[in-house]
Amino acid sequence: MKFLDYAPAPESKALLGLKSDYGLFINGAFIAGRGTPFQTINPATEQQIAMIATANEADVDAAVSAARHAYDGVWSRLSGSDRGKYLFRIARLVQERARELAVAETLDNGKPIKETRDVDIPLVAAWFFYYAGWADKLDHAGVGPSPASLGVAAQVIPWNFPLMMLAWKIAPALAAGNTVVLKPAETTSLTALLFAEILQQADLPAGVVNIITGDGSTGATLVNHPGVNKVAFTGSTSVGRSVARSIAGTDKKLSLELGGKGANIVFDDAPIDQAVEGIVRGIFFNQGHVCCAGSRLLVQESIHDDVIDRLKRRMQTLRLGDPLDKNTDIGAINSAEQLARIRELSDLGEQEGAERWSADCEIPPNGFWFSPTIFTNVSTSHRIARDEIFGPVLSVLTFRTPAEAVAKANNTPYGLSAGIWSDKGSRILAVADKLRAGVVWANTFNQFDPSSPFGGYKESGYGREGGRHGLAAYLKPAVRSGSRSIAAANQQTSSVSKKTASVGKKSASAEKAAK
Amino acid sequence: MTNSPLATYQPDQRALALIGGEATDANLRRYLHGIPGIDAVGLEARAFDLGTRSIKTSSKRWAIDTIIGLIDLTTLEGADTPGKVRSLVAKALMPDPGDPGTPRVAAVCVYGDMVGSAVTALGSAHAAGGTDGVTVAAVATAFPSGRASLAIKLADVRDAVAAGADEIDMVIDRGAFLAGRFGQVYDEIVAVKEACRRADGSMAHLKVILETGELNTYDNVRRASWLAILAGGDFIKTSTGKVAPAATLPVTLSMLEVVRDWHRLTGVRIGVKPAGGIRTSKDAIKYLVTVAETVGEEWLSPRLFRFGASSLLNDVLLQRQKMTTGHYSGPDYVTID
Repeated sequence: MKFLDYAPAPESKALLGLKSDYGLFINGAFIAGRGTPFQTINPATEQQIAMIATANEADVDAAVSAARHAYDGVWSRLSGSDRGKYLFRIARLVQERARELAVAETLDNGKPIKETRDVDIPLVAAWFFYYAGWADKLDHAGVGPSPASLGVAAQVIPWNFPLMMLAWKIAPALAAGNTVVLKPAETTSLTALLFAEILQQADLPAGVVNIITGDGSTGATLVNHPGVNKVAFTGSTSVGRSVARSIAGTDKKLSLELGGKGANIVFDDAPIDQAVEGIVRGIFFNQGHVCCAGSRLLVQESIHDDVIDRLKRRMQTLRLGDPLDKNTDIGAINSAEQLARIRELSDLGEQEGAERWSADCEIPPNGFWFSPTIFTNVSTSHRIARDEIFGPVLSVLTFRTPAEAVAKANNTPYGLSAGIWSDKGSRILAVADKLRAGVVWANTFNQFDPSSPFGGYKESGYGREGGRHGLAAYLKPAVRSGSRSIAAANQQTSSVSKKTASVGKKSASAEKAAK
Repeated sequence: MTNSPLATYQPDQRALALIGGEATDANLRRYLHGIPGIDAVGLEARAFDLGTRSIKTSSKRWAIDTIIGLIDLTTLEGADTPGKVRSLVAKALMPDPGDPGTPRVAAVCVYGDMVGSAVTALGSAHAAGGTDGVTVAAVATAFPSGRASLAIKLADVRDAVAAGADEIDMVIDRGAFLAGRFGQVYDEIVAVKEACRRADGSMAHLKVILETGELNTYDNVRRASWLAILAGGDFIKTSTGKVAPAATLPVTLSMLEVVRDWHRLTGVRIGVKPAGGIRTSKDAIKYLVTVAETVGEEWLSPRLFRFGASSLLNDVLLQRQKMTTGHYSGPDYVTID
């Protein structure tokens, strides 16, 4: 036998208790949607997992009203430390149910279990833990003393990291004192609905988080709802543009995290084997469905052939197949639609004269799959060097000098991420300083941490998620006394006095307990 | 890559051609410092990633038997006696008396003065350079510190070879390496290799111990690996087992990468031996995965990969019994040597 044909090692689905139908999560309860339900399928087998409800306009309205009610009645009145307690509780529940969430995410999204188990779900918990700690320290968030929350946040998230994107959105919003209506992507609603069950387990007050499902029109209705104070969107640049257009002229606050065409720059003094690993992680992690993917490899001409040779050898060891198998490196493409787009752009790359090479992978009979692919001889004017492919496809370009590397890296309408590989610290700092990208990784790629702000330049969007900066998207400076805001000030005073009262009660009982 | 022009050189000429001149400190420094560096975080992340492979059922059974066949069963104690060595050899030949189908280990590894005892104890099972049977490896060159004159080190090697050792595990002069005297380290390995020559002209196999725990950085490990291979080592070995840390997965991975690159460059296959600190089947399986995914499956043969270990064997045997019988046994169901 061949050792490298590792025997199947599938993760068990036994602990997953999925329902056949899922409703909308509004005001703390699951209710039937009034739109036409749709099926969510496993992209690795094309089999139905469950039916998901569609929220129509009336449902969106109900969700926003529930969020408003919860904001006015409960959440905006809670102390930061009490909000933090809920977030800590959610984080712990995510950890407790980590295996179940990982399996569900893999089933619904198609990404390999080793990624959901080792990356997605641990980061979800980390995000809630991190922002739980911020909830009572908002004075230090960088928006001045006693900053105010915004109100109801409408959040629309993509399908590439379903639960992780949910955490990136919900955790800072709740920590800052907002309530939420979240719409997951149409093809990956499942884990958001499991998360709703976790919110019930955590006893989060009804309406603080509402999760509504549906297609793009549900998202548009939510974003355009007049009762929303804040819109946060992660997804494609074209949809991001229409979101920005539709809320222009309103007082809704907006943050956008959109597409990218990240440059991964490998200098001739790079730690070569780790750089090859970084290239693989940059573009083949999550089947390349990563907005900050290192989809353009800029390699110094003097080491081009060696790097490509090593990269091809490494790509031959990537294992494509059953996402639930613990040894799978490359899972399924999330949808037939996305697969068609990857194929179209890849074919275009060949027509434009780039040289295509794909790892030799056996493609399963059902489901949506695409072999890890690289294009060499790519010019800056090729479509595959400019358009976001959002798949496991790498375009390789070369450069001769650091100045040329910087110029080529910046020559894109996007500006989300970049990577630099060099053993020379001073060069890393000098190049990073000149790159117009929100995230620059040095001698690594695709690393995420809740304490590190993430976001884009140019057409990659605006606003930051993560870290202290991520709070700014959900806060505004305290309302100062002045003629314009007397009413607001009065309101604040009254709520403050109420708070003081409840705090007084608590401290009295605490004293009793101490005795 | 066997059609590379370098493949037509004799090893020493090939090395000199690569270095671009005599094996002086300056030439070697220029060559070794021209090798791409290692990013420690990235290397460790890759090793961790390889360690998460899930080896189950038929793959695990194959791995368990393969591990046994790759072990250099070792005793390197000041208290070693011919009796202890006989006991070790008996264990090497019959690892699990409860299952005679259990494979034999690759070799026994002893101090130089115990080689005669090991050879005698092996008797007809002594492979003596052949492929069927168990070979005898001897540590030499003032193991483990290597702090003796060259003449003493060479005498140590010749003694062991004369006594019938099939393999010599030498230590490099770490002091010289860290002081930048690469030429001295190189020359010593060349001299030891020559001392491995038997009366009939055949050569004992040379394993070069880098003692990675004393070299401290991955960059040093990589340079020492290149140096040992350039000088003619047949195997590169992590550690003596007397210094902590001994073998680790990232260190072994970095050495495997050198071996892979040398094969790409010259078509020649060099062996790798992690030694010390590998005690469980689970850990050993991680090494098998790392070897297979870095240099290829053909390296999973005693000619190209060994585990230097003593306690590992019994843990592997317990796992093997578990896979055969379906239930766990205990330490009293495997023999001590």
